[in-house]
Amino acid sequence: MKRKAAGLGFWGVLYLSIPCIAVLAVPLYNRATPVLFGIPFFYWWQILWVPLSGFFLYLAWRRVERRG
Amino acid sequence: MHITATIVFVALFVLIAVLGFLSARWQRGDLGHLHEWGLGGRRFGNWITWFLIGGDLYTAYTFVAVPALVFGAGALGFFALPYTVLVYPLVFSVLPRLWVIAKHHNFITAADFVAARYDSPALALVIALTGIVATMPYIALQLVGVEVVIGGLGFPSHGIVGELPLIIAFVVLAAFTYTSGLRAPASIAVVKDLLVYITVLALIIVVPWKLGGFGKIFAAVPAEHLYLPPIHSGNFGTQSFYLTLALGSALALMLYPHATTAVLSAKGPKTLRRNWIFLPAYSFVLGLIALLGYMAYAANLPDNPALAPYFHRYGPQFAMPGLLLRYFPDYFVGIGFAAVAIGALVPAAIMSIAAANLFTRNIYRAYLRPDCDARRETQMAKLVSLMVKFGALLFILLLPTHFAIQLQLLGGILILQTLPAIVSGIYTRWFDPRALLIAWAIALGWAIWAASLTGFQKSGYALHFFGWTIPGYIGLYALLLNFLFAILITLLLRAIGRHSSADLTDAAAYQE
Repeated sequence: MKRKAAGLGFWGVLYLSIPCIAVLAVPLYNRATPVLFGIPFFYWWQILWVPLSGFFLYLAWRRVERRG
Repeated sequence: MHITATIVFVALFVLIAVLGFLSARWQRGDLGHLHEWGLGGRRFGNWITWFLIGGDLYTAYTFVAVPALVFGAGALGFFALPYTVLVYPLVFSVLPRLWVIAKHHNFITAADFVAARYDSPALALVIALTGIVATMPYIALQLVGVEVVIGGLGFPSHGIVGELPLIIAFVVLAAFTYTSGLRAPASIAVVKDLLVYITVLALIIVVPWKLGGFGKIFAAVPAEHLYLPPIHSGNFGTQSFYLTLALGSALALMLYPHATTAVLSAKGPKTLRRNWIFLPAYSFVLGLIALLGYMAYAANLPDNPALAPYFHRYGPQFAMPGLLLRYFPDYFVGIGFAAVAIGALVPAAIMSIAAANLFTRNIYRAYLRPDCDARRETQMAKLVSLMVKFGALLFILLLPTHFAIQLQLLGGILILQTLPAIVSGIYTRWFDPRALLIAWAIALGWAIWAASLTGFQKSGYALHFFGWTIPGYIGLYALLLNFLFAILITLLLRAIGRHSSADLTDAAAYQE
């Protein structure tokens, strides 16, 4: 019998990877521009990914709930 | 001496002390059982779990240390943010499975799981010891945050008068943890969060407004402070360190005993998963708190004559308390300082309970008194939680603060080395327990050696690899080494047919 891998499935794993990759791409966001409300890119990019990670967690949660 | 601030501070403190004692009656259970005292009966629902995990992970030390780090080290200090973004996807995939297995077998600690999964009390013992050793300085660090705000209220920093408030705070903490167990920090966490949110929101609105907006704040900070230095001539410099530190800290977090305790106290995997969708709300606050470091920089706080003595005494750690003193009325300073102090008690209580659970289950019952009954086991855990806290208190009173900080740094590196045994065990029984034990010892030895190169001041090690220089977090490098040896030795043992595949856990527990 095949065991359910982590119970997350391919899409679950993908959803959870996106925020991780976004904040691990340090050389790509280590820059000043574009500036938003006076906040340099380096800072608002990382802060932005906090609520976005919540959104992707929600998507992964929906997958898990549906799989039962 | 700030009289109004002190009165507000003390009043709030008394309120939560009363709450701590009353919480023994809440969701009443038989506190003579370890899963009742030490895990709140595994009955915490959505709301309480949210507050409990939040109160557990975002500690008083966070409020003081993160702005301090950004104030002092600039961009590097912001690693706390990617770290908290990484935490939830990681725990979301791993920990609900641990909950199911733990519930099935009434495991209280991660070491309980390791003991049964590998039928190896020896491996469980090193997991438990690593957990206790890593947790002790963490508890001591919580006190550093309290010390800073008590100093900020105007108490003298030395002598018995200066140390008395800290001692009183800790005796109160020890007493209500003893009587109420995990229910006490769970109920206090709600009040703590309310205070924290009020304080942070006020700071983040009022201070930029007084300083002329975020544009002006960031303009006041020199560019080499604001960004990580560029990669040049094959040296990744701080950038690879930033990345590995964030990832390593996130992995370490889910292995800390206090994280396991908070997770196992939830009602079920559904509660946990639903929680982790909303827990990033705390990380958002953390991001705002980190920016306070630059606000303190832009406001030039250390040059303010009223604040200069504090900065002289506490250094960058006074960035957040300094902003409160500089821009807010006295009563609000009391609220903000109380938020920090109460924010220390919640995780300190959970940590001491977690360490007590580990000692009782995996050392006392496993080696000293295998025949002890539930009541005796719980009594032991309560006593150990007291000892752990007084140990931490003595640590702070008798030794210089930087010892606690360095030990906490080392603790994170050590706890990360329990990952192969715990996390792999959730997914597979392929690894041999002896292989895991030897790999753990090798990784631990290397990590301590690597940390000793900087005199235990820094947690980075520069890896030289085909002409590249990749500075990274020692904990993560040691983890790679750990996995490498665990795999090699398991392969070797399997090749000569001497591997152990004994497993006392029930295969059905892994099918969620």
